[in-house]
Amino acid sequence: MPEGTLCNRKMVNEQEFLSALLADKQGKQYYAELNELDVDHKKLVDTLSKTLKSRTKTWLEICAHCGMCADSCFFYLANKKDPEQVPSYKIQSTLGRLVKAPHKADNAFMQYCMDTAWGKCTCCNRCGTYCPFGIDMGVMFSYLRGLLFSQGFVPWELKIGSGMHRIFRAQMDVTPEDWVETCEWMAEESAEEYPGLEIPIDKEGADIMYTVNAREPKHYPQDIAEAAMLFHIAGENWTVPSEGWEETSLAMFAGDWEACKMQVESVYAAMDRLKPKRMVVTECGHAYRATVIEGPYWAGLPSGKTPVESLHYVEWVAEALRTGKLKIDPAKKIKEPVTYQDSCNYIRNAGLRDIPREIMSYIAEDFREMKPCKEHNFCCGGGGGMNGLGRYREQRNIGLKVKRDQILATGAKLVISPCHNCWDAIRDMEEVYRIGIRWSFLKPLLLDMVIVPDHLRAEE
Amino acid sequence: MYDFVTGPLLWLTFIIFVVGLLVRLVVYVRGLDWKADRVTYRVNTSYGIKGAVRSIIFWLIPYKTFGWRTNPVMTVLFFVMHIGLLITPVFLKAHNYMFYDAFGFSLPTIPDGVADLLTIGVMAAVAFILLRRLALPEVRIITDWKDIVLLVITAAPFVTGFLAYHEAGTYDFWIVAHILSGEIMLIAVPFTKLSHSLLFFLSRAQLGMDFGIKRGGMKNKGFAW
Repeated sequence: MPEGTLCNRKMVNEQEFLSALLADKQGKQYYAELNELDVDHKKLVDTLSKTLKSRTKTWLEICAHCGMCADSCFFYLANKKDPEQVPSYKIQSTLGRLVKAPHKADNAFMQYCMDTAWGKCTCCNRCGTYCPFGIDMGVMFSYLRGLLFSQGFVPWELKIGSGMHRIFRAQMDVTPEDWVETCEWMAEESAEEYPGLEIPIDKEGADIMYTVNAREPKHYPQDIAEAAMLFHIAGENWTVPSEGWEETSLAMFAGDWEACKMQVESVYAAMDRLKPKRMVVTECGHAYRATVIEGPYWAGLPSGKTPVESLHYVEWVAEALRTGKLKIDPAKKIKEPVTYQDSCNYIRNAGLRDIPREIMSYIAEDFREMKPCKEHNFCCGGGGGMNGLGRYREQRNIGLKVKRDQILATGAKLVISPCHNCWDAIRDMEEVYRIGIRWSFLKPLLLDMVIVPDHLRAEE
Repeated sequence: MYDFVTGPLLWLTFIIFVVGLLVRLVVYVRGLDWKADRVTYRVNTSYGIKGAVRSIIFWLIPYKTFGWRTNPVMTVLFFVMHIGLLITPVFLKAHNYMFYDAFGFSLPTIPDGVADLLTIGVMAAVAFILLRRLALPEVRIITDWKDIVLLVITAAPFVTGFLAYHEAGTYDFWIVAHILSGEIMLIAVPFTKLSHSLLFFLSRAQLGMDFGIKRGGMKNKGFAW
């Protein structure tokens, strides 16, 4: 059987296909079909000839096999220094072989590539910063994911995820109506506490266009309410777009570059339509990476930048605290030891390392750095889509040990984690390893600490 | 034999070495693609250049980067080998005598005793790198026969040159072996991983531009390599 009904090279562009995938509990049929899926060698060779350029070719060719990348990889460390977890080995035995002999790639090899690209790498890009030649294996694994996706060798959840983006322009089945309704509902609830609070929808020319992660309207609407309250307290002139509000990209994790483009273009269209001065992205790492850092390239924007300046939520928070738009009640600062989880996507891969330190200086009395930290921090263990992949749950849980030990070494029981993926990974870590920690986004902590001006308070 | 290896063969070697590396340079740079690499090489180029320069210089200084500090022993081996590899042949007295004969001028030279020390350093470092390759599981798994051959090719001119200088055995034999092995090494450069003598700089510059332009260089003072 060359292509299955669920596991195949077709893109999930219709609701019917998506529903069939969702109905296949845990991807049982999908993975059974995967074992039969053949490789379209002509397409593979064609894709390689179009996309394999000198940077990647050179990376694969000049790797000196020195092994200096080994200790940079948290999977290598968490798996008791298993040589098969050395980044160089992982990429040479997959993409390296694929590039040398694409016509020899068979089902077993493609499955090995898939299990390596998604089960042994989170594309955190740490190895790239430890290679003397600057060979970024995270970038290459992302490229490999794209090749595998185009051949149908992709984990079930990510086939669904990229389909969601294609159909809903969101990683979950949240329609613009659902989104607007959630905003209205949250505005109504929040206005009880903060009279006059609004969540302005599609307001043109606002100072800030705020965009989120679809999990927020779907599962954590309180997060939207918290964002609204903080903007309200800070006196911001802000808005949310009714369409183009979703920043995340499971398509990026899947390697579905076409869907990546569709997704970010929906956000850029909202910018063009509403003409905000700036955009602020919620507390999510990969969302920021996808829409602000990589997105302009998917959309072919020659500036390499989003149509309007874009900030990660932490940048807005730091600015609001710095300028006094938000004021912290000194008595309510965090007194207990607290640490901060640097998200690979906006710290290592987007240069925001100093911003969290500035925020912590305003809100915490006993801030403790993890070691290593900033751009050399380890991945939480759940990045690159790994949190959501049932097939690799065991590997994920093993990988969490590195972050667990980093957190324990700080002595802090509270971990601030302004990234949905890191937040999930740390939550799961507590569930698996029971080390007695708490974890939080910035928003709820800030709401407990900020001074609310009298005129914004509800009358008693 | 001596006349041949120091005459036509030497010229051929230099031509292959230089032209080969030039081709690698052109192919690499022409193959860069701002969309595929997702780096706007031609926009915000000043940030890119700053990133590229930092990315190269940090890695040229021992223990300057997290990578070097994570692998302290490898760092010693690496720098001893590379410093010897570059300094010895270029500034050796004997090489510069020949250079003077051919062109009428020469480069500054180092005392023979220093050259000896550097040579011993190269040989020792290569030996330890070879041992490291075989002993450490994380290096052994990515080692193939070509890596061993390249180490032999790299060490051969130093071993033979050392033996010739100290007249161990027949000078005539060792000096021809020395020149030939040197020529083999230079010819191998454009065609093997030894091409990193050029591509190290290009690859580091590329990643430096990536971090300098796209991945944060415009929002902070530069990546802490």
